[in-house]
Amino acid sequence: MTAEAVSSTTKGPDATRVRVPDWMYPILALVVVIAIWDIGVRVFDVKAFILPPPWKMMTALFKNWTSLSLAMLYTLMEIMAGFAMSVIVGVGLAIAIVSARILEKTVFPLIVGSQVIPKVAIAPLFVIWFGFGITPKILIAFLISFFPIIISTVIGLRSIDLLKLHLARSMGASPAQVFFRFRLPNAMPAIFGGLKLSITAAVIGAIVGEFIGSDKGIGRILLIANGNLDTDVLFAGILILSIVGVVLFLIIDVIERIVIRWHVSQRLKHGVVL
Amino acid sequence: MTLAVRIDKVTKTYASATGGIFAVEEVSLDIEEGEFVALLGPSGCGKSTLLMMMAGLVTKSGGTIQIGTTKVEGPYTNLGIVFQEANLLDWRTVMKNVMLQIEIRGLDPTPYRQRANELLRMVGLEGYENRHPYELSGGMQQRVSICRALLHDPPLLLMDEPFGALDALTRDQLNLDIQDIWMASKKTVLFVTHSISEAVLLADRVIVMTPRPGKIGAVIPIDLPRPRQLGTRETPAFGAYAKRIRGMFEEWGVLRQHGETGEVKP
Ligand SMILES: Nc1ncnc2c1ncn2[C@@H]1O[C@H](COP(=O)(O)OP(=O)(O)OP(=O)(O)O)[C@@H](O)[C@H]1O
Ligand SMILES: [Mg+2]
Repeated sequence: MTAEAVSSTTKGPDATRVRVPDWMYPILALVVVIAIWDIGVRVFDVKAFILPPPWKMMTALFKNWTSLSLAMLYTLMEIMAGFAMSVIVGVGLAIAIVSARILEKTVFPLIVGSQVIPKVAIAPLFVIWFGFGITPKILIAFLISFFPIIISTVIGLRSIDLLKLHLARSMGASPAQVFFRFRLPNAMPAIFGGLKLSITAAVIGAIVGEFIGSDKGIGRILLIANGNLDTDVLFAGILILSIVGVVLFLIIDVIERIVIRWHVSQRLKHGVVL
Repeated sequence: MTLAVRIDKVTKTYASATGGIFAVEEVSLDIEEGEFVALLGPSGCGKSTLLMMMAGLVTKSGGTIQIGTTKVEGPYTNLGIVFQEANLLDWRTVMKNVMLQIEIRGLDPTPYRQRANELLRMVGLEGYENRHPYELSGGMQQRVSICRALLHDPPLLLMDEPFGALDALTRDQLNLDIQDIWMASKKTVLFVTHSISEAVLLADRVIVMTPRPGKIGAVIPIDLPRPRQLGTRETPAFGAYAKRIRGMFEEWGVLRQHGETGEVKP
């Protein structure tokens, strides 16, 4: 026993330890959470309408698969439309703010100030203005998700090394060249940080919009299930929503790895240990 | 001889929260066309500042700078600059970093690609064309930036401690290479350095700057035959120049003899 332990340490960690792929870790963690959940519900005899056991959530998921997935598709549309608007408006406004001092002094403080207003509070107003259709949901998703993009893009565009600007000017770079060859690529890591925050915010925004008033979407299903104390359906809906949110995040993560492979944040992922 | 650069009573005071920082005090200097001038001075004496003012990248607080027939007021572009840091664009490969010079200037890239390859070979970076800066050591990055500054064959070359980050061997090699390039193309070169022997080895004239606020302490013409070899450094004439310059730094208190006051006590 002792001899074996000694020999295994001399062989080094790679020789004896089984390599666990990175994607396995969150899955393992999830399994543990579900196990605790299941045991907890049994041990403390929790009523299903308060906290359904995991298997009840899964049966609810399969039983209501068609309605749940259709609703999710609808909500996904709202999320994507709101996020797309955020990217266009957020990056666009950030560029305007960075290039015009007057906008930085006028528009930027207003945008920052507007973030203090709780979006949930003005959401009902959107229903009055735009009705119960998809428009107010997209707008709320946009309203919640554009702020991280604008902030991170402004910071990214501004935080360029003075020496790089010197280099650009010494070669006679035009303002457009300074922007597209120097500032924008330099801002990409910060922009991606903003995109990741933004996509999760867009998911929340779409659900908030549906909570205020909707005849479609996963938010409405959650609301109805809650009203009927169909807690298992509620959990099934939350599960689908979370999976979609994680997948959206991962898509951006993959794009980021491809676009800014040169950046420190990406290199750390590829084997350098901190 | 035609005048390439005329620096006339140039001063620089940086604005700062705690009052101005007096960086350069009345520097006047004429550089002839094709001349190799080394600017030698202690850290913080304003060498980089003077260089940046020549390129029109940092505003002067006073005085005038003229390059050729142009008064420098904004960025002056008919030159190549090697900055004190490699200053490469992280998102571009080595080759694309070098070719940036051509891209921004809107020149036809075809003939320059060949030249870029030759320059990279000269600095020992053959085979690294498609690497990114993060895959290179600090010294290798600085060599890429030297290629970038030379690519468009500018008549004026401003080099800010270009070899400061290099190991002694590579540094020796590149000193010889720079001399070759300069002798072949007759560029006007202003070369900033900390190293007395590098300045004497390379320059036609060594401009010795005093500690901050930097002004010109001495101008020393170096009368050694060209091409100079690394062995030139062991000749008595070379030693005499180096000794004279070292003597100035000692006089100004930049260098202290061992045992004098001001030593760090353990
Ligand atoms: N942007 C700036 N703002 C304020 N002060 C500055 C700035 N740049 C340089 N200085 C000051 O001006 C002085 C000269 O700086 P400079 O960079 O020209 O020195 P240097 O001779 O190049 O030094 P080194 O050999 O260490 O590179 C320094 O004392 C520094 O503190
Ligand atoms: Mg300097």
